[in-house]
Amino acid sequence: MIQTVDLYKSFGDLQVLKGINEHVAPQEVISIIGPSGGGKSTFLRCLNMLETPDSGKIFFEGVDITSEKVDIDLHRQKMGMVFQHFNVFPHLSVLENVTLAPTVVKKIAKNEATEQAMELLNRVGLAEKANESATSLSGGQKQRLAIVRALAMEPDVMLFDEPTSALDPEMVGEVLDVIKGLVKNGMTSVIVTHEMGFAKEVSDRVVFMDGGIVAEEGTPDEVFNHPQNPRTKDFLGKVLY
Amino acid sequence: MFSFENIIMLWQDYWQIFIFEGLKYTLILSAIAVFFGVIFGSFIAFGRMSDIRPFKIINKYNENNNAILKAVANFNPVSFICEVYTEVIRGTPLLLQLYFFVFLIPKVLPFINQFNAVALALSFNSAAYVSELFRSGIQAVDKGQTEAARSLGMNKTQTMLRVILPQAIKNILPAVGNEFIAIIKETSMASTFFVGDLMTSYLVVRGATYLALESLIIIGVIYLVVTFTLSKLIGKYERKLNSK
Ligand SMILES: Nc1ncnc2c1ncn2[C@@H]1O[C@H](COP(=O)(O)OP(=O)(O)OP(=O)(O)O)[C@@H](O)[C@H]1O
Ligand SMILES: [Mg+2]
Repeated sequence: MIQTVDLYKSFGDLQVLKGINEHVAPQEVISIIGPSGGGKSTFLRCLNMLETPDSGKIFFEGVDITSEKVDIDLHRQKMGMVFQHFNVFPHLSVLENVTLAPTVVKKIAKNEATEQAMELLNRVGLAEKANESATSLSGGQKQRLAIVRALAMEPDVMLFDEPTSALDPEMVGEVLDVIKGLVKNGMTSVIVTHEMGFAKEVSDRVVFMDGGIVAEEGTPDEVFNHPQNPRTKDFLGKVLY
Repeated sequence: MFSFENIIMLWQDYWQIFIFEGLKYTLILSAIAVFFGVIFGSFIAFGRMSDIRPFKIINKYNENNNAILKAVANFNPVSFICEVYTEVIRGTPLLLQLYFFVFLIPKVLPFINQFNAVALALSFNSAAYVSELFRSGIQAVDKGQTEAARSLGMNKTQTMLRVILPQAIKNILPAVGNEFIAIIKETSMASTFFVGDLMTSYLVVRGATYLALESLIIIGVIYLVVTFTLSKLIGKYERKLNSK
């Protein structure tokens, strides 16, 4: 579904991605783990071209989206993204956060979009909050809203960038449960996370990124229980205990 | 000699001049300046934030990253012109700009009278300041908002209109109100050309009565009442915006 070929990216003199070749198959769930600054977010943000890679190609559903000829907005509709800091729209109500993109981008009729949004909000337990301001929500609620907002565009793949890192510990569970539900229903997902237990549980494949390269990857069992690369061992030793 | 009674007497005799030949035109000039300042200013702001790079294509052929070629490729002429305009206006005194317009306009556009020339100068002046208010108001909106909107497939225009501007307006409106207050005070420079504003009415009354200090105190109080009231109103409005 997504394939990256030799992805390179620098910020000034700092080389952040040094040749990433990855493939995300339909319905696959991939967790990206690794030390801070290793390029995880940058890689994820390249996947929907929020960052433009310096070189390399990204194929999404067969189209090279790094090409200047493609209408990136069209392809982004098919890739939902969830951010560490939620980025809900504070000037809109909970419901409007969800209906904005479908009505503006897809030109779906308001009542139809509302109906679909209410159904989604209901699924994550936010239906009663529909008419409240998005700013009145707790962190966990904001992140659930952000997920639903992305889902309203009916994406083929979801990209999560540390969706629980900015949450109070007691709210982490409610957000992870929503993601687990999605994944169980076959949503293709790429998840950057520091929640090792969660990564172990939901992933088909775990990718360990360090220093701008994929240092190791494999099934959760391979990476977590039998890491080969000393850097993976070192990292896991630090985060697991 | 200066006396309190003189102030009262002056006010009784000349209040109509202060209000209808002075304050009225000060407010009209300020309103014109802010009105056109907002219109021109928003164009300048968007010009500066635009991404128009006509020589972008050079980047593709600039394989060994030549710094000069890179600068040319990233050159945005619209943004450059807007920036130069803003810097020139903000870097030179308003009085100089007023002189410039009042001398220049009759030469190129003889049908424009001096009052309008002054109004034009004030408008061009406030455009530069307002454009900066727009720009900083827009840039103060968290970058994550743009990213969230773009990641949903919204294009640049949709993102600007539906996500960024509605949030930026809360920063911009009070700032434009404060700009209006600043302009009210700056219009006093228009009196240099005797076009009729609060400061001009001071010159008129002083000329007729030789009571300089008393006249000054009167127009000072008028300026103060107007600016103080406006700033209180803006503060109230700002609190209302923020509580929402
Ligand atoms: N827009 C940017 N401008 C300059 N440097 C950046 C930018 N974005 C990221 N970087 C730098 O690139 C490096 C990799 O960043 P990235 O966010 O991809 O790491 P990460 O693996 O996601 O780390 P973390 O776990 O802390 O989120 C970091 O050193 C970061 O400071
Ligand atoms: Mg990150």
